Amino acid sequence: MPSKPAGTLYRGKVGMWSWVLHRITGVAIFFFLLVHVLDTALVRVSPEAYNSVIATYKTPIIGLGELGLVASILFHALNGVRVILIDFWPKGAKFQNVMFWVVIAVAVILFAGFAPRHLMHVFGGAK
Amino acid sequence: MSITIETPRSPRSRKSAKLEKYGWLYMRASGALLLVLIFGHLIANLFVGEGIRAIDFGFVGGKWATPFWRIWDGIMLWLALIHGTNGMRTLVNDYAERPWVRKSLVVTLWAVCGVLILLGTLVITTFDPCPANSLPELLPSFCTNK
Ligand code: HEM
Repeated sequence: MPSKPAGTLYRGKVGMWSWVLHRITGVAIFFFLLVHVLDTALVRVSPEAYNSVIATYKTPIIGLGELGLVASILFHALNGVRVILIDFWPKGAKFQNVMFWVVIAVAVILFAGFAPRHLMHVFGGAK
Repeated sequence: MSITIETPRSPRSRKSAKLEKYGWLYMRASGALLLVLIFGHLIANLFVGEGIRAIDFGFVGGKWATPFWRIWDGIMLWLALIHGTNGMRTLVNDYAERPWVRKSLVVTLWAVCGVLILLGTLVITTFDPCPANSLPELLPSFCTNK
């Protein structure tokens, strides 16, 4: 006789943690988007105003923040595809666990392609 | 023997249930489009060339000189703000317990969304790559060598 729940699609496993991550990254991207629409709107004020605010995006600390933003977007976007497949592909729920690890693997590969380049742009060195 | 399940066993109204369904579908449809739009945006702005280092007024002027990126950015603006706002509405519904707190947060979310969509759309449609009385070195090259 089982003494505790054996776990479900969502509880305490990949299903739950992918949902937690999807939620946190979604909120982070949302707040960045609010700021990003406002900073881009400065092109309508003057070239000087836009350039001075965009200069802060090139500083080391914000530059590192951009790495976090790109990582969040990679996970949220790829896991979004996983959610869509779970909902619409008849075998989606069966493969949700494998798909989570595929999401992580693809996100890590894309991030590894992006991060060194971005760090070089932020910290000088290569063109 | 029959069991009566207490309310809310059914949606408050058919209309709001329909709206929820369209919201659910919208999250998936817009998500699929946003994947393409946002990855393209990140590749063009952060990956190719000098990435973040190349971004300034001249860079934006160059991109928005043709309709292609204006349309791209405009669609991305609308889809992403509505997707993000509707997603935040889900969180508010999950975590805000008092009805008036929930209601005010949801109204605030959509108000912010509306203002930013309006602002962003105006910026994209009325953008002038060569504003008068600006230092030529800050402008895209096509402003000076006509
Ligand atoms: C890059 C492409 C994107 C894809 C493929 C995607 C996909 C999705 C999907 C399918 C959902 C629904 C999840 C569910 O109902 O369980 C969702 C939720 C959400 N998305 Fe996105 N999204 C993308 C971009 C964005 C952007 C740009 C933002 C912010 C502006 C955002 C913010 C959110 C939020 C806040 C939620 C709600 C999370 C929750 O209910 O736990 N997403 N996303």
